[in-house]
Amino acid sequence: MSGLLTILGRDLRLAARTGGDALTLVLFFVMAGAIMPFAIGPDRVLLQKLAPGIIWLAAFLSMLLGLDRLFRADEDDGTLLLFRHAGTPLEAIVAAKLMAHWLLTAVPLLIASPLLAILLSMDTAVWGRTALALLVGTPALTAFGTIGAAVTVSLRRGGLLAPVLILPLSIPVLIFGVASVGAPEGSSAAILFLAAISLVSVAFCPFAAALALRLGSE
Amino acid sequence: MTAPDPLLTVENLALSRGGRALFADVGFSLRPGGLLLLRGPNGAGKSSLLLTLAGVLRPEAGRIDWHAEEPPRVHIVGHQSGVKTRLTLLENLGFWRAVNGPTGISPEAALETVGLGAIGGLDAGYLSAGQTKRLALARLLVTDRPIWLLDEPSASLDTAGDVLVGRLIAARLSSGGAVIAATHDDIPGATETLTLGAPN
Repeated sequence: MSGLLTILGRDLRLAARTGGDALTLVLFFVMAGAIMPFAIGPDRVLLQKLAPGIIWLAAFLSMLLGLDRLFRADEDDGTLLLFRHAGTPLEAIVAAKLMAHWLLTAVPLLIASPLLAILLSMDTAVWGRTALALLVGTPALTAFGTIGAAVTVSLRRGGLLAPVLILPLSIPVLIFGVASVGAPEGSSAAILFLAAISLVSVAFCPFAAALALRLGSE
Repeated sequence: MTAPDPLLTVENLALSRGGRALFADVGFSLRPGGLLLLRGPNGAGKSSLLLTLAGVLRPEAGRIDWHAEEPPRVHIVGHQSGVKTRLTLLENLGFWRAVNGPTGISPEAALETVGLGAIGGLDAGYLSAGQTKRLALARLLVTDRPIWLLDEPSASLDTAGDVLVGRLIAARLSSGGAVIAATHDDIPGATETLTLGAPN
């Protein structure tokens, strides 16, 4: 347990010192959402209707974009090899990195989501439900992403492969994420289902990703 | 008095990388206090043999028996240092001490031992290649593990660094550990030498 917290703390500290990564992600998120009105046209009613889906898509894409960073730095400087012989199990290490990655990618998007909500002229209530759905659903995206990043870390130029691999897995998250924002009466079932996907994937993905890391170095 | 039980026995080990046979029929056993030097030209498979012993690569044939230790508690020092450039020296060591267990000496004492005691608060990114190597060696001291697998431990080190490597290895051997080192230099106290041939 202490090893898990140590790795979580180290990843957060490294991100704080390197800086910039979270900001780039947030900028991408806001810009991806902000260009939609240009493509759709200045129809206020239509935009309002589409806004939750646009925010989800923007969040989805920016989280996929950041995946390659999950294990890349540790692979490049040899830390990943040492992790395999660490006193802390590799599964716990992967779980710690998953948590750190979620804190560093999903939380900044949540914080930036009001800005996008204003740009898309969303109601406060709808934004609240969207933010809740993002909070509940993004752990699943990070968990699936961890598997993708673990499978592709040994490939030097696997940058875009991980997103392509996990995209099909992540579609249910998107479906239930947007559904939970939709009709108020049906939303509680969808958000519960979203929570279930997140809990199950966060519980199982560290094992799958650790296995991928072990097999990948051969 | 009989010799102590071996820590590691390797029999008929064969390995190939990328469809090309690197070595075959490699066998040795390592007892507490044993220092095995791996020798051979570049590309002979010294690093690959160390990775195989560490369980990273799967051998094509043969048996690796760690006896009492399964999975083995080994320390690896490879070509990549495992040093985070944005953390200070002390933070780097403190991290590995927390992850691997605080069974060795303190990070401050370890830095003192490898001759970096005065710059513990410096970011590791400012270190030279030799200093980074010393920091990587200090990692072996903060967690106590019986077996060290060293891949060219004295690469990029100065003369004093070579002496330091010899001293660290001697201390490990005298406390009942064992060391396998792939090296082109002479390390005093070698109990066995294994020369891998040139690849075919």
